[in-house]
Amino acid sequence: MSSASLSISRDDRPILIAALFILVILVAGTVYTFARFGSAPLLSPTYLLQQLQIGAFLGIVAAGMMMVILIAQIDLSVPWTLAAAAMMATSIGGPLAIPVGLGVGLLVGLVNGIGVAYLRVPSMIFTLGVNAVMRGLMVAHTGGYAPQTAATDLMRMLAGDRTLGIPNALFVWAAVSVLVTIILQRTALGRYVYAIGNKEAAAYLAGVDTRRITVICFVLCGVAAALAGVLLAGYSTKAYQGMGDAYLLPSIAAVVIGGTNILGGRGRYLGTLIGVVLIVLLNSVLSIMDMPEAGRQVIYGLVIIFMLLVYGRGERVTS
Amino acid sequence: MLDDIAIRIRQNIGLVTAVLLFSILYLLYNLAHPKGFSSAVLVQNGDEIFALAMLAMAQTVPVLASGLDLSVGAVMTMVGCFASYLLTGVAGGTPLHLEIFGLHVGLGTFPGGVGGILLGIVVCLATGALAGFVNGCVVVYGRIQPIIATLATGAIYIGIALFLRPTPGGKIDEDLNWALTNSLGDFAATLHIFDDGAASWFAPVAWIPVPFVLLVLIALLVWVPFRRSVLGRAVYAVGSAEGAAYMSGLPIERAKIAAFTLAGFFAGCGGLFLAIQTSSGNADIPQAGAYTLNSIASVVIGGTSLLGGTGSAIGSIFGAMVLRVISFFFRIFDIAPLLQPLFEGLILLAAVSIGALGVLRVKNTLELFR
Repeated sequence: MSSASLSISRDDRPILIAALFILVILVAGTVYTFARFGSAPLLSPTYLLQQLQIGAFLGIVAAGMMMVILIAQIDLSVPWTLAAAAMMATSIGGPLAIPVGLGVGLLVGLVNGIGVAYLRVPSMIFTLGVNAVMRGLMVAHTGGYAPQTAATDLMRMLAGDRTLGIPNALFVWAAVSVLVTIILQRTALGRYVYAIGNKEAAAYLAGVDTRRITVICFVLCGVAAALAGVLLAGYSTKAYQGMGDAYLLPSIAAVVIGGTNILGGRGRYLGTLIGVVLIVLLNSVLSIMDMPEAGRQVIYGLVIIFMLLVYGRGERVTS
Repeated sequence: MLDDIAIRIRQNIGLVTAVLLFSILYLLYNLAHPKGFSSAVLVQNGDEIFALAMLAMAQTVPVLASGLDLSVGAVMTMVGCFASYLLTGVAGGTPLHLEIFGLHVGLGTFPGGVGGILLGIVVCLATGALAGFVNGCVVVYGRIQPIIATLATGAIYIGIALFLRPTPGGKIDEDLNWALTNSLGDFAATLHIFDDGAASWFAPVAWIPVPFVLLVLIALLVWVPFRRSVLGRAVYAVGSAEGAAYMSGLPIERAKIAAFTLAGFFAGCGGLFLAIQTSSGNADIPQAGAYTLNSIASVVIGGTSLLGGTGSAIGSIFGAMVLRVISFFFRIFDIAPLLQPLFEGLILLAAVSIGALGVLRVKNTLELFR
């Protein structure tokens, strides 16, 4: 190993490698399109912006998921938090649509946080139960059909329109990213989050109210999922059943590919951002290639394993 | 003597609770059911319980080693898709071929008849075990966290299932379907043994559903011996303190691989039965996800700690049965289908929250952080 790569910190290595892998995807995709169609859509800014606009929803979900993974928990209630926020926002309508949608996320996050932090139920199982309850509530509310209500103009504007040629959804994603980066790097809350992820007992003994921080992380995750739901409803002009199902596993994968330790306590937000871009680009290259769903799933799994084999390996237990 | 029993009950409080809960719920169910306490109801319930019970057992083994297997539903689905090709039972055999990248590759003919069916069952179960073995190798030699490793391999197995069955289809031998999804009497009649199931000594057991017999057989012949073997004990040891297990010279790597392989085998059993029961193969991604998540819920209700080291697959079977009986109740009490998911979720939440109320008695807050 050269001295240059030695000076790269342990947290930066995954980010660099993932960024390199993005380049590999772009080059491979471009070679393919050039050989097959004689064009290079992957390199055109319009196409990339359009793909990133779709990726913004995943990016916002992943930002929230990262807060929870950093404290060594997981939130499996994301799919129906997202859908519930979208459905409530569209059915309320008017100027209150977005606040109500985000409020749903806040409430779900609060319940998750209380269950995990105060009742000490493993997050894996508690958030699973909350997800089932939210699904039940929404099925009862909508009668199991796609709701007939439509997204408000503001929601459509935020998710679908463009400003100066750049999709507005990207601005929202950027705002969320800046917020999360500031929280993680510049506030006491961020320090506590990493401390809890490394060893909750130690953080508690150091005077951190670990249970309150846990609740805050779950609330942030819930609100992020709700925001993604509201935007997604705006993008597709309405809410629909199961709209969040496609966001759970990719968001976890994006966080982990970005170098965040699934056991908590380590990882940078920049990595999550790169992880999201990687997954979005991989998806768009595969759809350009007309890859059937079967091949997509296999490649998806192989990429995750490959990336983790390169930099996500744990240490051997020897004592 | 009484002290001994009391201690044993306290050690297995999770299992005892699950068994009691199931017994009460199932008794109430049969009392409320117009045809309660009949073989027909039992057979129907057995068919609905079997696959989830197998997946709950599958999930238990890695959880005991403090790992989680998010691929059990995917393995189940993949094995089911294999079964829909290999268990057709057509007399002349089934020609197999592979279409990949536009190439047509013949794979010869898979034998038909009874021999073919038996071979097919062995191949299907071996496929499940192999998938689990791959999981174990990725976790142990790749040193990747089990949650994320099985998330990735699960995507691969679903991909293979989709490749095999892009649309639901295939066929399972009708006799096999009939023999395995009904009572022992029907089983004997289909196989023409015990005077077609009419032998007088056979009558007292003829009402027992085949799925229950299979469940008990698999638990007794696979789980119990494993639990008592060195590897089985090592799985428990790894789950409660991996470092200590390593220092004691236990084969921790082999134990983990064995845990995931056994999980794959159990999940394969579930997939095989589901395919036989539905007479088709279906690469249903939401169904795979639902089974995986329900298997985790069953494990928790069955008294196994997600932190590893304590619990048993038998408890998880009862956990799975509790989950299923709850949904049986919806049919009895005529609860609107629209409200059923809500009740399922609320009951799951209530079950885990009541189990967690013990934390309110903890005096030293530090004990909470394990």
